[in-house]
Amino acid sequence: MDNSSGNNYTGEFAVEASGLTKHYGDVVALDGLDLSVPTGTVLGLLGPNGAGKTTAVSILTTLIAPDGGTARVAGVDVIKEPQRVRSLIGLSGQYAAVDEHLTATENLEMIGCLYGMRRPAARKKASELIERFRLGDSAHRPLKTFSGGMRRRIDLAGALLADPPVLFLDEPTTGLDPRSRGELWDVIRERVEAGTTVVLTTQYLEEADQLAHDIVVIDHGRAIARGTSQELKRRIGGEHLDIHLALLTDISRVEAIVRPFAIGAVRIDDQEVLVSIPVSKGIEALGSVMAELTAQNIEIVDIGLRRPTLDDVFMELTGHKTQEEQS
Amino acid sequence: MISMIRDATTIARRNVIRISRVPEVMVFVVIQPLMFVLLFAYVFGGSIDIPGGSYREFLIAGIFAQTVVFGATFTASGLAEDVQKGLINRFRSLPMSRSAVVAGRTASDVVYNLLSIIIMSLAGFAVGWRIRGSILDAVVAYSLLLFFSYSFSWVMACLGLLVPAPEVVNNATFIVLFPLTFIANTFVPSDSLPGILKPIAEWNPVSTLTHAVRVRFGNLPAETPEPTSWPLQNAMLYSLGWAILLIVIFAPIATRLYQRTGKR
Repeated sequence: MDNSSGNNYTGEFAVEASGLTKHYGDVVALDGLDLSVPTGTVLGLLGPNGAGKTTAVSILTTLIAPDGGTARVAGVDVIKEPQRVRSLIGLSGQYAAVDEHLTATENLEMIGCLYGMRRPAARKKASELIERFRLGDSAHRPLKTFSGGMRRRIDLAGALLADPPVLFLDEPTTGLDPRSRGELWDVIRERVEAGTTVVLTTQYLEEADQLAHDIVVIDHGRAIARGTSQELKRRIGGEHLDIHLALLTDISRVEAIVRPFAIGAVRIDDQEVLVSIPVSKGIEALGSVMAELTAQNIEIVDIGLRRPTLDDVFMELTGHKTQEEQS
Repeated sequence: MISMIRDATTIARRNVIRISRVPEVMVFVVIQPLMFVLLFAYVFGGSIDIPGGSYREFLIAGIFAQTVVFGATFTASGLAEDVQKGLINRFRSLPMSRSAVVAGRTASDVVYNLLSIIIMSLAGFAVGWRIRGSILDAVVAYSLLLFFSYSFSWVMACLGLLVPAPEVVNNATFIVLFPLTFIANTFVPSDSLPGILKPIAEWNPVSTLTHAVRVRFGNLPAETPEPTSWPLQNAMLYSLGWAILLIVIFAPIATRLYQRTGKR
């Protein structure tokens, strides 16, 4: 793809928000959120459903007005000059916002025209992106014949069409299979290399880990932690001891056994029949726990030490899992 | 203003492309009007007596009026679908005119209605309906139908942006549109309606629309008495007045609703 893009924002921070609040009746969606995204980097907004991720993106993309706080995107105030902001951003939503009865070309051409491009220019840009996304064979079929991953790529292509300096991707890969997810990640990485700033929301810790330079973990409309993926993992400290049990009924006994060794919260997953704890002296803890399990005749499927994941970070920070609504 | 027209044209073009692609649209635009003409012509055709004229001749203008009014619901379901699918969110994040999405939709629905009217005219012609007035009168009649439907589309646009789901549109509009198009002179002369229904029918803009179109097509029998109510005496003016009033009131409301709509 050509890099002759409109990525000409040169300020230090492409996105700056401070004290954003938003209420829906009694429900607090955002409770004083601050964000600052250095130009040319990817910020991952990480949190469970209902944490306020989409509300934050909706405010930054001018879809809704905040109750309080200020925000600037590419240096432009989103409340005072929303129309200028709109010409500087691309949004790809959680629900692939494409017209399923139009072809890929028609969809992108329409979006190009609505960005203010002339029709021939919009058409040219559309076909470039379709080639780039390897959808050339399907360019003239209505999108309803496309797979979920293909539609999502067209949706993303719509966000990229005008080469906006700032991209907002709201859960871009939710519901996609691993292969489609990987393909979308490649496209996003490519744009970042070309200088685009990206704000990405996700419930997938792996996605934030893969793409984001900085991560802000939000819960109940507030940032509860921020830093690089490495920094966040470091906060959890050493290693994790995972014990997969054969019987769900043993879980409380195992919890009692491991508790003395845990240097943080004990995580229990009923569905996977898993008990997981952060430990400081891994091998020692493993040996002691193993001995105790054997002594109490508790059958285990697997036991092992591993380095912390962002899942552990989230558990540590919020006391609940990232995807409990889904699981 | 220029960018508004440009953007509205882009939106309207997209909606028109959909006509041939969406089976429901074809059913609504083509088959339903066709069915109405044929059913009414053959089922009621013989049983309703129009003094000095033929019922089929009398009927067509009523069916035209009813179809364009119901056709306006297309605006509501189309917009409601765009909200549900997340397209409105995308449009609202684009640097496009704030009124173009609704303006484009109401404009493209004129194309839908034009198609319906052409189909109905052909079907009407097949069952014996004729335009007996001048060409100019016929053009005025067709234009009035389309303009009235266009104005009604703005009302429906507001509804489409308010309902929680596209499926609700049909139920919500049915309650209003059914009496509106039936307590009227669409299918029977308003003189034949009992008690309170008669004045309601006479002041109903769908009646005046029907009457104006009937007169322009030359489809009223010669011995039909002059209407006694003011709206029917000034059917053309009264219908136009309603149409303009609806646009003046509902276009700004629809634009405002659009700006606040969207998922979450």
